[in-house]
Amino acid sequence: MSKKPVQKKQDPETTGHSWDGIEEFNNPLPRWWVWVFYATIVWGIGYTIAYPAWPGLTGATKGVLGWSQRADVEADIVTANDKLAPINAKLEAAELTAIPGDAELGGYSASAGAAVFKTWCAQCHGSGAAGAVGYPNLLDNDWLWGGDIENIYLTVKHGIRNTEDDDARYAEMPAFGQDYLEDEQIDAVVNYVMSLSGEPMDASLVAAGGEVFAEECTSCHMEDGTGDREQGAPNLTDAIWLYGGDYDSIRETVSNSRFGVMPSWSNRLSEAQIRAVSVYVHQLGGGE
Amino acid sequence: MGILDKHKVLETNATLLLIFSLLVVTIGGIVQLAPLFYLENTIEDVEGMRPYTPLEMAGREVYLREGCYVCHSQMIRPMRDEVERYGHYSLAAESKYDHPFQWGSKRTGPDLARVGGRYSDEWHVDHLNSPQSVVPESVMPKYSFLGRKKIDGKYIGEIMATNAILGVPYTEDMIANAQADFAAQADPDSDYDGLLERYGDNVNVRNFDGKAGVTEMDALVAYMQMLGTLVDFSTFNPDQHR
Repeated sequence: MSKKPVQKKQDPETTGHSWDGIEEFNNPLPRWWVWVFYATIVWGIGYTIAYPAWPGLTGATKGVLGWSQRADVEADIVTANDKLAPINAKLEAAELTAIPGDAELGGYSASAGAAVFKTWCAQCHGSGAAGAVGYPNLLDNDWLWGGDIENIYLTVKHGIRNTEDDDARYAEMPAFGQDYLEDEQIDAVVNYVMSLSGEPMDASLVAAGGEVFAEECTSCHMEDGTGDREQGAPNLTDAIWLYGGDYDSIRETVSNSRFGVMPSWSNRLSEAQIRAVSVYVHQLGGGE
Repeated sequence: MGILDKHKVLETNATLLLIFSLLVVTIGGIVQLAPLFYLENTIEDVEGMRPYTPLEMAGREVYLREGCYVCHSQMIRPMRDEVERYGHYSLAAESKYDHPFQWGSKRTGPDLARVGGRYSDEWHVDHLNSPQSVVPESVMPKYSFLGRKKIDGKYIGEIMATNAILGVPYTEDMIANAQADFAAQADPDSDYDGLLERYGDNVNVRNFDGKAGVTEMDALVAYMQMLGTLVDFSTFNPDQHR
């Protein structure tokens, strides 16, 4: 037999539900909570009227405010571009060589250029611009194509050995191992090249290597091995190596040739961005 | 007794409660989902979209198998910072041939929706072999084994046929020539006219990894290099109300 529950005096009313003798107190929600709840319903209805919401037969309602995410982002971009337009125009009009000396343009280019560099260049040249094997270090003063600001600008703008830009810098080292030189000749010239920068090598082969070098290599790397920036031919005497300065790496380079490709940035970046990033690279430490 | 007082009928009958709960959830589901199937502007019409070539499809399979989507999204959101870093925001139409789509939900690495054409093939190979060799601070694992795994595209036609069932417009001609097209795209010396005829002139035909034979590296790089490159945004006129 179930006992009839004793209702104490201070207890609230029950809801009237009863299940197996269990009854439910009627504790109403606080009024403030109930009003907030009603307010959110009203706000929710207003929201679906103001903003795109309800699907119809041909499309969703557009909302009375006419809001659009696409228009929003476009407006955002236009606002940002408008803000930068005056200084970008100044940057585009300025003489390249005068930019680093100009307090306003120099400072702007260095920070705007850093943003461009980190977005577009860091993947190959490293976020600190120290490069990697096959991707040139931009911090030192060893330049393949020239380190003054005009040359950096031309390199960024047109790129190197790409097929998309007719003005791209272009030079290719032949693969000497495939047609031109015998194995022993390559062996000798590698040792000669190593001797130029004081790498440990087989001194007995240096003389023979020098002859091969004079015959095959001087038209680009010059008689003293210091290279030629007109042709992007690296300086071989400075112990700075793009693909490594040990015997195996140099032998691979001489035998099969290797070179990198840099895209043309003129159709991806604006003129102001190209100028800014050129100034940024120029001021990293190796600029001439 | 008003209608609100009748809930006792539902509360005291488990089967009825289940049926009515299902009904409520169904209505909510229909209101949210059904319009997407019949509204014509769910996926806007854009020029240039084409199904993946067999080699790209094989690369996409590698992308799925390796779980690249866990760290990389393929979805550029319509916000200024994203558009400036990655390019034009993604359109629904750009993933219409993806089953399943690769939007992802987390970016440990960068978004890849428009990575196509952004780097050279050599960079991709270097980077996949050892990400730290080009990005020292990267936490990405090495995928050098992809370059050693030779593949012949034997089953790629069947994957395409499955995609065709799901609505990707692969023709019988495409499926029949799948294996030939697969090999042709990775070999610039081959006769690849048929491939271009079937998929369009914007297909990249190259030896992606620079080595003889077709490897998973070729396939993955071919896939990477076409991502986000199909729609020509110079002619694209966005519908603002979407």
